Amino acid sequence: MVFSIARKELKSMFASPMGWIILAVMMGIFGNYFANGVTNYLDVASGAIRPAERIGLTQFVSQTVYGAASFVMLFAVPLLSMRLIAEERRSQTLPFLFSAPLSITEIVLGKFSGLLGFLSILIVYIALTLSTLNLWSDIDFGYIIANSVGLFLLVASFCALGLYFSSVTTQPIVAGILSFVALFVLMMLDRFFGGDPTSIIANFSLLKHFGSFASGLIDTADVAFFLLFVITFLTLTIRRLDADRLRG
Amino acid sequence: MDNLTVEAVDLTRLYGGRAAVSDVSFHLAKGQVLGFLGPNGAGKSTTMKMLTGNLAPSAGSVKICGVDMIEHPKEAKALIGYLPEMRPLYKEFTVDEYLTIAARLHRVSGKHIKKAVEIAKARCGLSHMSKRLIENLSNGYQQRVGIAQAIIHNPMVVILDEPTVGLDPIQIRDIRALIKEIGQEHSVIVSTHILPEVEMVCDHVQIIDKGKLVFNGGIDVLKRQRIGNKLLLGFKRTPTDSALLQIPGITEVEQVDGMVRVRFAEGQAPHEAIVEAAVKEGWGLYQIAPDQTSLEDVFVQLTYQEAAAVEEKAA
Repeated sequence: MVFSIARKELKSMFASPMGWIILAVMMGIFGNYFANGVTNYLDVASGAIRPAERIGLTQFVSQTVYGAASFVMLFAVPLLSMRLIAEERRSQTLPFLFSAPLSITEIVLGKFSGLLGFLSILIVYIALTLSTLNLWSDIDFGYIIANSVGLFLLVASFCALGLYFSSVTTQPIVAGILSFVALFVLMMLDRFFGGDPTSIIANFSLLKHFGSFASGLIDTADVAFFLLFVITFLTLTIRRLDADRLRG
Repeated sequence: MDNLTVEAVDLTRLYGGRAAVSDVSFHLAKGQVLGFLGPNGAGKSTTMKMLTGNLAPSAGSVKICGVDMIEHPKEAKALIGYLPEMRPLYKEFTVDEYLTIAARLHRVSGKHIKKAVEIAKARCGLSHMSKRLIENLSNGYQQRVGIAQAIIHNPMVVILDEPTVGLDPIQIRDIRALIKEIGQEHSVIVSTHILPEVEMVCDHVQIIDKGKLVFNGGIDVLKRQRIGNKLLLGFKRTPTDSALLQIPGITEVEQVDGMVRVRFAEGQAPHEAIVEAAVKEGWGLYQIAPDQTSLEDVFVQLTYQEAAAVEEKAA
């Protein structure tokens, strides 16, 4: 049942030009970063004389691409997530889902996994692009996997938050702006509070938790943070939709 | 009784202290078509939302084929097909795509989806619209898609909120026939403003006003109330009232627009006597017909009576 909803969401994303355009633009951006990374590598690597200054090709190129990806997703996810529930509410199609034999949890999980599935296309695409370096070099697949997992979890958190904001309003645009602002603040927290290592607030920064994945490390603490983040916002969404039924 | 499909007990819904629906109880058996009538804002849609699990009742319970909507919502919802007042259509899909999604969400098994979609389309006259985007369909066709969506999983109870709005007369006739057809095996609840429609398709009527049920009974009760014991007579040379009152059975005479309306006592049939008297006296009778109160009048009477009774009680 969750799968049926996810399938419906994917279908509706590809039914409008929006989905295709976002995919195309993002692939263009990542492709550019990738090409630049490869070109710059030769310049930088030839300039580095001491061994400590040399970094591997995988790390050099991936860092640029994944760094860009986490930033670009900040714009892309709110654009896609804003319509998930707000749009249905505005066009009054929610009763269609509510009167089907589905629990609200299934509806929310379905919508969440539909969006995440769509964005996973990009994550897989990035990983495949980077893997092509293996044709003329020996690359570190572990590093790419860690980064992919990190990006996946980061995007999942974005989606969960975006879905929640989509469920609080009837206006997709309002939902989009709200989730963008919230995500932006959460991303930037460690810019302001990162200097103080004892700061608790810095721990809420999504970018800080993505940091360990970006350096090729899969840290269970960070995995747990992202999972909790996702679960929290999905639960809030379920409660919000349930309130619709209870309060009308 | 185990062939009850819908049981609603004391349904109440409060919106911030104001009761939109209060203490509505009724039940519906298999093979019945229930017409739901009421003025705007009477609580028809709210009741329907509660029946379909779109809105939680403040008090009371709903059982669909014995399954409680609040305790086992999934099982109960699987037995219902619902068309809300605002058609829940995803306009970016084609008719086929949309109905396939509807079938899948209503747990039609994978093998039967195609067939279910075909049947629903055929029943609603949509077969030639399969590949069209719902967005590009006319209002009436969109309504048909909405109905198709509600019957696609062959539910035990079909709930349609104003199904014939925006349809042309031929489509309305088709939809009424469809409702009757579904009503033979399953139960149907239809809400509407169009009173003759109720008479045509429903065998049970409920009138709701200000959140309260004011009438609940068979359509024949309503019809009897409607026909009454009145005759409308047309004479070329109108006789005096007293001459008419002499005919046995007639209790009241009233002149209206050049015609005469007579009321007769319950159980009497003065028709023959009237014709005989007219021939004998040479009144020139050219019309004799039962005088029907329009359903609208009955409706107004029923909703008004209730209001008057409440006022009386208060006074």
